Amino acid sequence: MADKEHFAEQAMGYMSSLYSAALRMTRNPADAEDLVQETYLKAYRAFGTFQEGTNLKSWLYKILTNTFINTYRSRRRRPTETELDDVEDLYLYHRLGGLEAAAAGRSAEDLVLDRLTEAEVKDAVESLPDPFRLAVLLADVEGFSYKEIAEILDVPIGTVMSRLHRGRRALQKALQPFAEQRRLTAPADVTS
Amino acid sequence: MDREEPSSEGQPQSPGYESYEYEVSTYTRSVTDPCQDAIATLYSFLDGELTSESRVKIQYHLEECSPCFAAFGFEAELKAVIARKCRDDVPDSLRQRVAEALRAEDVPT
Repeated sequence: MADKEHFAEQAMGYMSSLYSAALRMTRNPADAEDLVQETYLKAYRAFGTFQEGTNLKSWLYKILTNTFINTYRSRRRRPTETELDDVEDLYLYHRLGGLEAAAAGRSAEDLVLDRLTEAEVKDAVESLPDPFRLAVLLADVEGFSYKEIAEILDVPIGTVMSRLHRGRRALQKALQPFAEQRRLTAPADVTS
Repeated sequence: MDREEPSSEGQPQSPGYESYEYEVSTYTRSVTDPCQDAIATLYSFLDGELTSESRVKIQYHLEECSPCFAAFGFEAELKAVIARKCRDDVPDSLRQRVAEALRAEDVPT
């Protein structure tokens, strides 16, 4: 059938980003692989309902996310109320000496960010509670719009914005110890 | 400076400020801190979700305010670093598994 051929052509190219997302969601390579396979099977079976010309990537991500939520998400509901009252706007920027550095014409903060390792960033994302993690993944890693995220998660746009705002705060809090280490161990020519 | 004119009616002067409460007079609104306003919409700006009118106002402010410009630059870089560092290689074995699973869906005729 022509549909099958079209499916492989169009959908297989998204596997690497779906796999990354699955890793962040399940936090476990074996589960991530199962989740990706299940997503492709479901997508393939439902491909007749996909409207050509609409966004295939967000359609695939909706299947991935629903499958994650229904199958792999922890049955034990952890509380999503993280302590974020002490995480103000520009939390990480301020802690890296942002204002003083800007006044002195330095941009050391950007260099600190780039020296964060992949493992540190991934661990920080994976440490977020599910609702925050999903929002941050979809917005910051995959670049979906608020509207697309709302459709993928089946929540109102206001909820997307709230989860993103709080998720990013939680992420900055999680990254802060690593970023602080990089700042303290920055080469002399960066901090002088 | 691009300040709003005080107005006796509580109607928005521009679509970019539709989230404001209009019980307060627009005179009060015109003396709020533009840096606070900018930071409050930082993520919407970086996410490309502002109306073009709001975006232009923020860009105008960033051209004039180096502390805000630096803060926005940092947050933009953080966003890019998260995207860049959350990549993973797909194992060949997974590609094969998926391809085989899809092939197995074919109904033999």
